[in-house]
Amino acid sequence: MSEKMPQEMSSKELLAYYQAKLDEEARQAKANGKLVCWSASVAPPELCVAMDIAMVYPETHAAGIGARKGAMDMLEVADRMGYSVDCCSYGRVNMGYMELLKQEAMTGKTPEVLANSPAARVPLPDLVITCNNICNTLLKWYENLAAELNIPCIVIDVPFNHTMPVSEHAKEYIADEFRNAISQLEVICGRPFDYEKFHQVRRQTQRSIAQWNRIAAMSRYKPSPLNGFDLFNYMALVVCARSRDYAEITFKKFADELEEKYKKGEFAFKGAEKNRVTWEGIAVWPYLGHTFKSLKNQGTIMTGSAYPNMWDLSYDAEDESLHSMAEAYTRTYINTCLDNKVAVLRRIMEQGQCDGVVYHLNRSCKLMSFLNVETAEKIQAQNGLPYVSFDGDQTDPRNFAPAQYDTRVQALGEMMESAAGGQA
Amino acid sequence: MEEKIRSLLAEFKTIASHPEQAVADHLAQTGKGAIGMMPIYAPEELVHATGFLPVGLWGGSRPVAKARTYLPPFACSIMQQVMELECEGVYDGLAAVVFSVPCDTLKCMSQKWKGTSPVLVFTHPQNRGLEAANRFLEREYAILQEKLETITGVKITNAALENSIRIYNENRAAMRAFSALAAQYPQVISAVDRHAVFKARLFLEKSRHTAMVRELMEAVRASEPQPWTGKRVVVTGILLEPDGLLELFDRLGLAIAADDLAQESRQVRVDVPDGDEAPLYRLARVWQNLYGCSVATDTKKQRGPMLLDMVRKTGADAVVVAMMKFCDPEEWDYPIYFKQLEAQGVPNLMIEVDQEASAFEQVHTRLQSLVETL
Repeated sequence: MSEKMPQEMSSKELLAYYQAKLDEEARQAKANGKLVCWSASVAPPELCVAMDIAMVYPETHAAGIGARKGAMDMLEVADRMGYSVDCCSYGRVNMGYMELLKQEAMTGKTPEVLANSPAARVPLPDLVITCNNICNTLLKWYENLAAELNIPCIVIDVPFNHTMPVSEHAKEYIADEFRNAISQLEVICGRPFDYEKFHQVRRQTQRSIAQWNRIAAMSRYKPSPLNGFDLFNYMALVVCARSRDYAEITFKKFADELEEKYKKGEFAFKGAEKNRVTWEGIAVWPYLGHTFKSLKNQGTIMTGSAYPNMWDLSYDAEDESLHSMAEAYTRTYINTCLDNKVAVLRRIMEQGQCDGVVYHLNRSCKLMSFLNVETAEKIQAQNGLPYVSFDGDQTDPRNFAPAQYDTRVQALGEMMESAAGGQA
Repeated sequence: MEEKIRSLLAEFKTIASHPEQAVADHLAQTGKGAIGMMPIYAPEELVHATGFLPVGLWGGSRPVAKARTYLPPFACSIMQQVMELECEGVYDGLAAVVFSVPCDTLKCMSQKWKGTSPVLVFTHPQNRGLEAANRFLEREYAILQEKLETITGVKITNAALENSIRIYNENRAAMRAFSALAAQYPQVISAVDRHAVFKARLFLEKSRHTAMVRELMEAVRASEPQPWTGKRVVVTGILLEPDGLLELFDRLGLAIAADDLAQESRQVRVDVPDGDEAPLYRLARVWQNLYGCSVATDTKKQRGPMLLDMVRKTGADAVVVAMMKFCDPEEWDYPIYFKQLEAQGVPNLMIEVDQEASAFEQVHTRLQSLVETL
């Protein structure tokens, strides 16, 4: 790690710096007897951060393990615990990791698999918080964490929005859940809730999100100064630190850098951008480089994805009824009806001036896979743009075949080229 | 009396295997149509109060072909079947389909109905301990009620709803009693028979079903229960079908001591509570009171202790896990209760349930091994 001060760092350096710092803070918290919470990636961190609880994000952690080729060891531990290969691979990697930490805590010995794992070391939680705005699997997974570790589980349930816009009774219910979570936290922490800090944290969250959205908006330019795959990397901080200034500082730096590049006429693919796609679905972390390069080699840049866009959690931080915050956490596009999902994706395609879509049929994610056919058909009926689908998985490397992926994206490249030729 | 039992069981089987006939009979008798009820939980009483026939849509046993276009292979077996039937137009005679969305697959299924019937979706809240959750669900039910009234042209009065609640609570009580009785008389009521009585419940107007079940119970009780030389198991999962699978239980002398199947006893586990509150609110409370089901969030994970309790109370020899293929809520529950069963020394076996399956040799071998170890 460089010895630079954060203000001297590039955004890339800031990203690495703060990611490491967050893990270190969690380890320090544990060592000092402070509380550590494991959290679902789009669960509201505002409540725990207001109570100065160190946060760890198992999905991001699992994705990191996957990207560092360490998933198989954890998946095998989960397999021995009885987890079917049908269960989400993030969840299985995390249950495997949790089991190893638990063994370590109980025996005082670090299991060999854990010692040799490329996983970032994070401490066991004292409580967990989950939210089902991106899937109900997160309810089951966190039930199991709470049961395995015998710790409290805070649930923020955001009911599936079968009708849009979000109903008033849903907002009321979710806001009541926030208030209930506050009383749970008061008991867990043994002190009154810090409402003033909660307010400040909500404001901070909005500043972080505003900078996050600034980055995503850079893909509107053609050619694009932003390589959309970079969002997959920077996402780590919008997940893990959106309620801290770490995210704001890093994203502001990155957005500034991108604006500077744009002003200078520097683009992500230099002069090689031929066409632009939307990526629908979670990244294939063990093959992130491969999925990116295959597109890049044919001059296809990703300029839109609803996946990182899920963290556009803009709300009114001054709204003490918390209805606005409730609305932000429940309107996640995959927690809404098909028509809204289609509208969100279309808007992303338009903003990114995309020529096609790559759909990830993700073996680990039923919610982000089972409507792909209908979504693709509806969008194509509306904008006439080509699409392809490939089979993959977010963290189980066995469920992705590079050759199939390459063939599919090449086909998409050809379709986009012929469509462009037809227009010319 | 034996003749009476045989004829009643045959009737249950006919109803269970011919839902289209039950729908036609209802139309002929009442002039009213049918409304589909997607698994797993819905306030059926609301539909019943319109006079339309609520019909459970719990899949079938067809070869999956057309559904392949719309669902990848890793969607659960029951939804593959439902999709196949949607594509075949089997459900198109229904006046509407009521859809709950307590798992990710059902959320998606609710948005991609391939038939012609209108789809009425509502969402269960998952923070079930909170009063706010009851109020949320009451509102969801009120919206559902309005939609049902529009479609059926029937105003659902509180009086009608209270009457339906009474009929349903009676049916649930009858089914709980039946389940206990079937465990006492496995020679008289086979696993296949037992399932038929439960399954007929999905297609028959509930007061008629209750009357038939009571008649059957009376006939069965006329003789003394006989000692059972086989073994007894608690089964848990979404459902235990097709009949070919259940026949294995009968052939191997495995009596169903009790079930924790979503299609069977979970449907009758909890009554609509009595009280002075409005019926819609009390209907919502059922969801709060439900326990031991993988799609009803439970941060205390009480399913394992519940299964252990069932084993203890029924004196069962083992637990058979009927794992619906590709059902991740059930798959997530398994490692936790598996560990709890093992810790208490309760023999257990997981078998895979695929409604499309027609060959059961492998399951037969595994069940046989279980029997031999007991």
